[in-house]
Amino acid sequence: MTGDGMFALAALLLHALGFLVVALVVPLRRLGRPAAYFSILCAVGSLASALIAWQRHIGGTASRLVWAWLPADGQTLTSVGVLADAESTIMLTLVALVACLVQVYSLGYLSDEPPAALGRYYAYQSLFAFSMMGLVLAPNFVQLFICWELVGLCSYLLIGFYYQKPEAARAAVKAFWITKAGDVGLLIGIVLLWHQSGTFDLLEMQGLVESGALPLAGLSLITFCIYLGAVGKSAQFPLHVWLPDAMEGPTPVSALIHAATMVTAGVYLLFRTEWLFALTPDVLALVAWVGAGTALLAAILACAQDDIKRVLAYSTVSQLGYMMTAIGAGFATAGFFHLLTHGVFKALLFLGAGAIIHAVHSNNLPDMGGLARRMPQTAIIFLIGTLSLAGIPLFGGFLSKEEILGAVWAGGMTGPFVILLVVAFLTAFYMFRVVFLAFFATPAAHDTHPHDPPMAMALPLWILAVLSFGIGLYFTVAGPALPFGPAEAAAHGPAWLMPVAVGSAVGGILLAWLTYQRRIIDAGALAAAFGPLRTAAQKRFWIDDVFEAAYGVVLLGFSRAIGWFDRYLIDGVLNVVSAWTLTSGDDLRTMQTGRVQDYVYGVAVGLMILLLWVQLA
Amino acid sequence: MTGLPILSIMTWAPFVAALVIMFAARHRPLLVRWVSLAGATVSLIASLWIYWAYDYDLAGFQFHEEIVLVPSLGISYLLAVDGISVLMSVLTSIIIFAGVFASWTVKERSQEFYALLLILTTGVYGVFVSLDLFVFFLFYEIAVLPMYLLIGIWGSSGEVLPQGIFGWAMGRTGVGTKEYAAMKLTLYLLFGSAFILVGILALYVAGGSQSFSFLTFEAMQIAPALQTWVFLAFYVGFGILAGIWPLHTWSPDGHASAPTAVSMLHAGVLMKLGAYGVVRLGIGLLPDAAVEWAWLVGTIACINIVYGALSAMAQKDLKYVIAYSSVSHMGVVMLGAATLTVNGLNGSVFQMFAHGIMTGLFFALVGLVYEKAHSREIFKMGGFATMMPGIAIAFTIGGLSSLGLPATAGFVAEFLTFLGTWSSDYRWWLFPAVIGAFLTAIYVMRVTKQIFWGPKSNDPRFQLLPDAQGTEWAALGILVFVLILFGLVPGLAIGPIDTATGPLLLRLTGQ
Repeated sequence: MTGDGMFALAALLLHALGFLVVALVVPLRRLGRPAAYFSILCAVGSLASALIAWQRHIGGTASRLVWAWLPADGQTLTSVGVLADAESTIMLTLVALVACLVQVYSLGYLSDEPPAALGRYYAYQSLFAFSMMGLVLAPNFVQLFICWELVGLCSYLLIGFYYQKPEAARAAVKAFWITKAGDVGLLIGIVLLWHQSGTFDLLEMQGLVESGALPLAGLSLITFCIYLGAVGKSAQFPLHVWLPDAMEGPTPVSALIHAATMVTAGVYLLFRTEWLFALTPDVLALVAWVGAGTALLAAILACAQDDIKRVLAYSTVSQLGYMMTAIGAGFATAGFFHLLTHGVFKALLFLGAGAIIHAVHSNNLPDMGGLARRMPQTAIIFLIGTLSLAGIPLFGGFLSKEEILGAVWAGGMTGPFVILLVVAFLTAFYMFRVVFLAFFATPAAHDTHPHDPPMAMALPLWILAVLSFGIGLYFTVAGPALPFGPAEAAAHGPAWLMPVAVGSAVGGILLAWLTYQRRIIDAGALAAAFGPLRTAAQKRFWIDDVFEAAYGVVLLGFSRAIGWFDRYLIDGVLNVVSAWTLTSGDDLRTMQTGRVQDYVYGVAVGLMILLLWVQLA
Repeated sequence: MTGLPILSIMTWAPFVAALVIMFAARHRPLLVRWVSLAGATVSLIASLWIYWAYDYDLAGFQFHEEIVLVPSLGISYLLAVDGISVLMSVLTSIIIFAGVFASWTVKERSQEFYALLLILTTGVYGVFVSLDLFVFFLFYEIAVLPMYLLIGIWGSSGEVLPQGIFGWAMGRTGVGTKEYAAMKLTLYLLFGSAFILVGILALYVAGGSQSFSFLTFEAMQIAPALQTWVFLAFYVGFGILAGIWPLHTWSPDGHASAPTAVSMLHAGVLMKLGAYGVVRLGIGLLPDAAVEWAWLVGTIACINIVYGALSAMAQKDLKYVIAYSSVSHMGVVMLGAATLTVNGLNGSVFQMFAHGIMTGLFFALVGLVYEKAHSREIFKMGGFATMMPGIAIAFTIGGLSSLGLPATAGFVAEFLTFLGTWSSDYRWWLFPAVIGAFLTAIYVMRVTKQIFWGPKSNDPRFQLLPDAQGTEWAALGILVFVLILFGLVPGLAIGPIDTATGPLLLRLTGQ
């Protein structure tokens, strides 16, 4: 079925075309809008192609197209290409969809940018979409790593899009370094895995695992290293610190890269190599616990933010923790399902937040308020996204959240299960806090007159809103048979599961309503009730400070010590040798007096010593 | 080999251009540049032709040329190339071609400058294509010596505060001046050549004083005891040029003081002569000793990687950062060689190529930034991307290659080296190597952010700076293109390398 792989390949290459044309045809790039139109054209084509690829592979057939890339010892060490199957093509479709919608949306959102900057933006966007698709379709670990790094690069470039802003430049570098730290693990894992299995190819390796031919010794170290890569990319504790700062980038970028696609690459990696991780239950348990811990930590932090984008960022971290917990519990499909629904509704929320920021010119919740009347469309859209994220029945997020909770319960992980229930409560609380503060609270004194976004921004929002609701409705009505595999046993968890989960979400909504809408509970008193926890949350649990110190004090200090050592000790010894040479040259020169008497003395003394030596010997 | 002596044409074209400059083009600056460009172009075309015409299925040494020079001593002018030297020749051609453009604005005594640069280039080509070790050594010295004049006359001085317990000696030797740097570099490298000469002579005598031919030595059974110390002599001698720790300190001072094209050529190609020497003569001729000493070579290489990266991080002068990054990256080259595995050696040679292009690009860029902003102080500059987007993009791409980002040549080289380390006898090498790559990410991105992609500096000197112009684009364009091309299609380089490393390793295990 290699013919079907062509569609996936085309989806990938169309974005490459978009990037090459926009990046290399400098006059086009400097024009701005025409470059954007070209890029969007490619994105639309790519989406169509991805949809066909998905439709062709939905039945479970896989097609593989590879070309030799790197030789070793006369043979092929590794190749590049596409591996299109049910899982990768549905992910491909998600990427193509969000990428396409975000590119359209950006036309409106960035309409005030100078043309050259707009051209640069679309070049980065296309490169990102290409790299992300390359990652999703990777047939082997090498291509996966290549694209993994490239999406990291695009993330860096796009976070630093407003690089004249000190915070943006800082956040970009921080994101690059911290994800790179995880990538060090991933790279080591890949090297070790190659040595253990003799191949990079995913299918070949899966074959080895299934036939039991892969030696198990030391495998936990390998999967742990690979997991480290996922920790960095998917912002798991303790490497989650880059994601909230990444919000310095333009909001559409946050929607695409830092919510829907790139940050889920870690989850996707673990899902793709589920068969490998299944061999190391100890690492899986770690994945689950770290995932649950991350979910809780980020949910607490989300409650303490006043910046709407940061609330959403921490919420993304928290939801990524959710997905990881499901994978750790042994039900990767549940995590993947949540990845997909989350991709849709979180992109919706970010783009909705972008519409608000675009209208209010501020990220701060206290600057908003009363927007429901001024921006009714945005309010409806945002509410759909919020209900979905909170896990209210009929909405997209509800099903996938249920699946995860069921999976974690079925996996016998009571601890993470309880944590996730608490997180569900917190999620509903902090999201509705945003909704009430932004849309319903007493309006702040606006200088501007906020209004609903223009067509280019509204259209993508509505598409995503319809999808968020549609996915939920479709699965609720048409039964739980997921399109990419047999229904998991976890879907039929204990009967009390759904009421409890929905109940905790409703509880969260209720608390937010009482606090921020009816103001029956005083927000200040509520915050004060948590005392030290609140202080800790405001300090981001000091995790950022630890990294700051590790870099600024430990690493830079150590490097300065090495630099000093090199300049003044290693090189110092050398300089001493040369200084001695110079000095002894100067000293010896004084013997060259030019007076004949001195030389005769010298000859006489030398002769005497020589005679004495001959006599004694 | 009948027909065109293509290797000689490639090797001597720059030399002929240098003669033309000195005799025919004196005091006509523009003509000097065009003649140099012509010489570099001839070499470039010749090397590309060799790259294209080399028979990769046949492998081994090809394009033989031989002229007997001193029959009684067994010295002859014997040239041939294998997969590794083909690639190194291409590297040299690209760097000198770009270097001619990068020196376009040299004002002072430009005819001597270009003449020396071209003579040096002939020496470099000569080393890569010579099979007679006597001639090899001659070329090696030709490649090293012009450096003294090039740095001493056209270089630039910096300032270093005398400190520490050896501070008194620093004042005495004049640390920081270009004269100091030139003298240090020359003396250090000549010190190294002494070891090489002793090693070559020892092999010559062991072979019955018949021939200096590499092929003769290769076929010879060399006693293990002799191998042991000759390898060490080669390692120290060539290693100094390759910047091995702790004998590397000539390199930061030398590279920082040298004019742009000289830094490009020196860090880009000359340091590779050292690594090439270790691979070709050390591993190629002394396989037993190579296995015996692998632990030393690899361990020192690991120190180089991490130590070089940390030192680079501590620097405040942009040129020193690049110079120390070379020390770090040459560690990857030596580490790959020390693994004695196919992937490691492929990675090692590929890193020679990748680092050559990358560091050539870096030094060209530092030269450009200095020319526009008259500063190399990293923490005083800022926000240059707005004013010089072209230079900023090229610097970023160079930096990304330096930290081993995929889609640039640097990734493939490092990745192969990493694969090699884990298959070697000393697996733990992988960890310092990978950590070094991470440290590189830190210092490179820090510098890139500070100078280009950050808030604008308030310094009045840096408010209106032009981007690269005219011929300057040529140097940048070529190097960036090559860096990405070989990152996307690494087979272009690994193909030739692979034909040479396989047989090399066969000797290690097959004997």
